[in-house]
Amino acid sequence: MDSMTLIAIASIVTAGLTIALGSIGPALGEGRAVATALSSLAQQPDAATTITRTLFVGLAMIESIAIYCFVVSMILIFANPFWNHVIAGAVGK
Amino acid sequence: MRLSPDEMIFWQHGFLKLNGTIVFTWGLMLVLAIGSKLITRKLSTELKRSRWQNLLEIIVTGIEKQIEDVGLRHPETYIGFLGTLFLFVALASLCTVIPGYEPPTGSLSTTAALALCVLAAVPFFGIEEQGLGGYLKSYVEPTVIMLPFNIISELSRTLALAVRLFGNMMSGTMILAILLTITPFVFPIAMSALGLLTGMVQAYIFSILAAVYIAAATRGRKSRPEPMPDIRA
Repeated sequence: MDSMTLIAIASIVTAGLTIALGSIGPALGEGRAVATALSSLAQQPDAATTITRTLFVGLAMIESIAIYCFVVSMILIFANPFWNHVIAGAVGK
Repeated sequence: MRLSPDEMIFWQHGFLKLNGTIVFTWGLMLVLAIGSKLITRKLSTELKRSRWQNLLEIIVTGIEKQIEDVGLRHPETYIGFLGTLFLFVALASLCTVIPGYEPPTGSLSTTAALALCVLAAVPFFGIEEQGLGGYLKSYVEPTVIMLPFNIISELSRTLALAVRLFGNMMSGTMILAILLTITPFVFPIAMSALGLLTGMVQAYIFSILAAVYIAAATRGRKSRPEPMPDIRA
């Protein structure tokens, strides 16, 4: 297996694994956040706007972890420096 | 597959490139500046006012109230910066309904620039409010051992701001592009609506986080986690 194949395999597998594993944590965290927010809304309906706003901000913070994983995955697929380097070498040959 | 509007070149001369990010950013700036100038030419305080003035008043008073809720007194000082952040990012996301338009916030350059503005604004407002000594002292609270961690947290939250906005905008446009090649009928419209929603939410998040960081700097680092409501309310 030459280095080109190896780089391709590693990039593809890692990209898939990154986004797969990276979405588990934020999904669980967001589920718990929404559950707690719903129960506190049920307990104190007049604080609804504050709770909703804080919930959305918290969800965005949690979401950003999944976004990091997505960005890494996209970079591996579309803007992979190792792949570009190896392709440039193969074209130059 | 285009990763960002940086790669849309409109005009090129030597190494000066007019790419999509610059063109769309300037377009948004012109719309915001000229629009506001036109609407505020004849402000009226009577009961009868134009609908555009009403719209601007809703926006301005809404942002002022949000800034005050975060804990910043005198929201007039900060509304210039924070309001512009929100309006720019929101308009950038809203204009995706126009065909041929790519949000400039889908490029890491734009979001990094916005995050650097926040990074510069926090000490600016902090020193303006507390003086140089008071602001620098806040870095060694609660103990001197926390100094490197406070500095690292400043830098990492700037990075998080940039990457969060970039990731959300880029993923929205990319999913749309991918879906258009697979199921080009009804589903891309649903994803486009979702992209609009997340764009608005991200604009709100960006400006609220900037407000929280500025509030933390102007109030001193009494341990206040993410936006807390006023407990007395």
